[in-house]
Amino acid sequence: MDAPGKRTLAVWKFASCDGCQLSVLDLEDELLSLADHLEIAYFIEASSATVEGPYDVSLVEGSITTLHDAERIRAVRESSGTLITIGACATAGGIQALRNFADVEEFSRVVYASPDYISTLTTSTPISAHVNVDFELNGCPINKRQLLEVISAHLNHRRPRVRAHSVCVECKRRGTVCVMVAQGTACLGPVTHAGCGAICPAYDRGCYGCYGPKETPNTASLDAWSGLEDQDLVRKYRTFNAGAEAFKRASEAHERN
Amino acid sequence: MSETSRTRTIRTDYLARVEGEGAMFVKLDGREVSEVKLRLYEPPRFFEAFLRGRSFAEVPDITARICGICPVAYQISSARAMEDACGVRIDDGPIRDLRRLLYCGEWIESHSLHVYMLHAPDFLGYSSAIEMARDHREIVEQGLQMKKAGNALMTVIGGREVHPINVRVGGFYRVPAPAELRVLVDALERARETAVATVRWTSMLEFPDVEIEPEHVALVDPDGYPIDRGRIVSDHGLDIEPAEFDEHIVEEHVEHSTALHARLRRRGSYLTGPLARYSLASAAMRALARETAREAGLSAPCRNPFQSIVVRAVELVQATDEALALIDAYEQPDAAAVEVEPRRAVGHGATEAPRGMLYHRYEIDEDGTILDARIVPPTSQNQRAIEEDLRAVVQSSLDLSDEELTLRCEQAIRNHDPCISCSTHFLDLTVDRG
Repeated sequence: MDAPGKRTLAVWKFASCDGCQLSVLDLEDELLSLADHLEIAYFIEASSATVEGPYDVSLVEGSITTLHDAERIRAVRESSGTLITIGACATAGGIQALRNFADVEEFSRVVYASPDYISTLTTSTPISAHVNVDFELNGCPINKRQLLEVISAHLNHRRPRVRAHSVCVECKRRGTVCVMVAQGTACLGPVTHAGCGAICPAYDRGCYGCYGPKETPNTASLDAWSGLEDQDLVRKYRTFNAGAEAFKRASEAHERN
Repeated sequence: MSETSRTRTIRTDYLARVEGEGAMFVKLDGREVSEVKLRLYEPPRFFEAFLRGRSFAEVPDITARICGICPVAYQISSARAMEDACGVRIDDGPIRDLRRLLYCGEWIESHSLHVYMLHAPDFLGYSSAIEMARDHREIVEQGLQMKKAGNALMTVIGGREVHPINVRVGGFYRVPAPAELRVLVDALERARETAVATVRWTSMLEFPDVEIEPEHVALVDPDGYPIDRGRIVSDHGLDIEPAEFDEHIVEEHVEHSTALHARLRRRGSYLTGPLARYSLASAAMRALARETAREAGLSAPCRNPFQSIVVRAVELVQATDEALALIDAYEQPDAAAVEVEPRRAVGHGATEAPRGMLYHRYEIDEDGTILDARIVPPTSQNQRAIEEDLRAVVQSSLDLSDEELTLRCEQAIRNHDPCISCSTHFLDLTVDRG
């Protein structure tokens, strides 16, 4: 309807831990006023009432790991005006993309006594591998402040202010002393997308890359600096964003060495 | 009479207000429940498989990603299992207290979410807390502020509320200064007042008259209400160390679910979670929680699963009160972690996630490489008990219309706060009356 009604929001889940959609409910101070401005039309985890689409904006959590989900995401795309992926699963395949480097039948036998009951694809892929995505919000988990910015930008017809620079910039702004330079702690900060607020170095540990690759990351240079063995570097890049192109290439390069 | 021969089907394909994807199916032949299935169709993610070959030090970060609602439960269980394998015990002192404090934060966040946003709307006839807020804005706002206090605790100690970054095998990367914790006191005191008020109003809700007697299983810790450790104890005489889990509990794979079903050998289904903890350990609660429960008329054991909302509220009093006591007594340790050297061994860890007992077992090599991993989440342990609950609830509610019965069944499932993301290692409710 073109009447000045509230715009509608839908929240969808694919293979995931629910943590990113929980971030919506974690907006304790803003949730009720958000609901004053937007009609939360489809959000199964929070409401048993659903409104039929189409929806003005869809937030999609999770990766595609089954044939059924590969079909479902196409239906979600068709019923959505703007489609925004939230989190590392939806944006890069998530931790379950570790199967992309392994034998899924073997995986299934390890976990399930009757693997025949399990139907799954051999890969975990991001939403963008299946449908057109309007905006991708990184993070495992996403930062709820960034989520609010993305929703608010959408409501106000502007581009979200979400920077693609590295975690290093956030450390400098926060005034954290570099853990790599000062303590020799291995840190993926130089190649990792900003957004978390550089939490790990502020807690005396190296960044572990949960926001995925920054724009134009130079992984080869960082890796030469790190002093880590190839097998450790493979593990470093193969966590929550193992399927993100730059991290995938880096881990495969170290695996070949 | 046609009523006695009619087949009725009650089904819900997408269960709402639970964490993860599940459905239910109930079939009635006349007045007999012939089939009950809680179907968990969350796609499998294969954690136990890809943990093989990873380093023992990576488990708190990796297993946190099993569940965005209770990551701390996964972090502490896995860290304790690795410490057990390596012969390290962190059973007292400031590091253990900080772990317990972090875990209190998760209980406060998760229980506030369940009581106010997932469960209360069932009793008051709303589809969601957001709809409920149109008539009861103040109540919902109070619940959200209590949830926020739990999240604030997790953020200070853990770095962030979802998937905290500060938990490691052996302790923490950095421990907070006492002043960092003291800023949380005001919000936690308000949360404690809200928790006490929550016990009062939830105890006055109308509960269907149902009594169910599953075997209750919970950790029991001589030092207090069970959260981060304990022996595995039941009200039918089970009393074992976490290391003996496999000798007494088996997991089975059934066709209708991507979650494995656990059962006690030779006995069958059992229930973990708030009702079980309250049955087995209410005497170990703090005085304020016991007093609030007594005033609300909540006896132990509590056998009506619909009253689990009151038990969760009492546990909110426990968790907020204990968090305040831990902050008051906190002294910053010199080291944030103890050194843990890997060795070839098997280790076990069991803790109480907000929705029930969580068990981890790892076999590691001498350099700390994981050879085998086994994770048994609360919902896969509870799945059979929930199905049995559902059967009893349907059998006692046969005169309800299909629509009312479907709602009652969904509510019976939400009573147990199932976490399907975790257990897929959950349930599709279809009521099939033909």
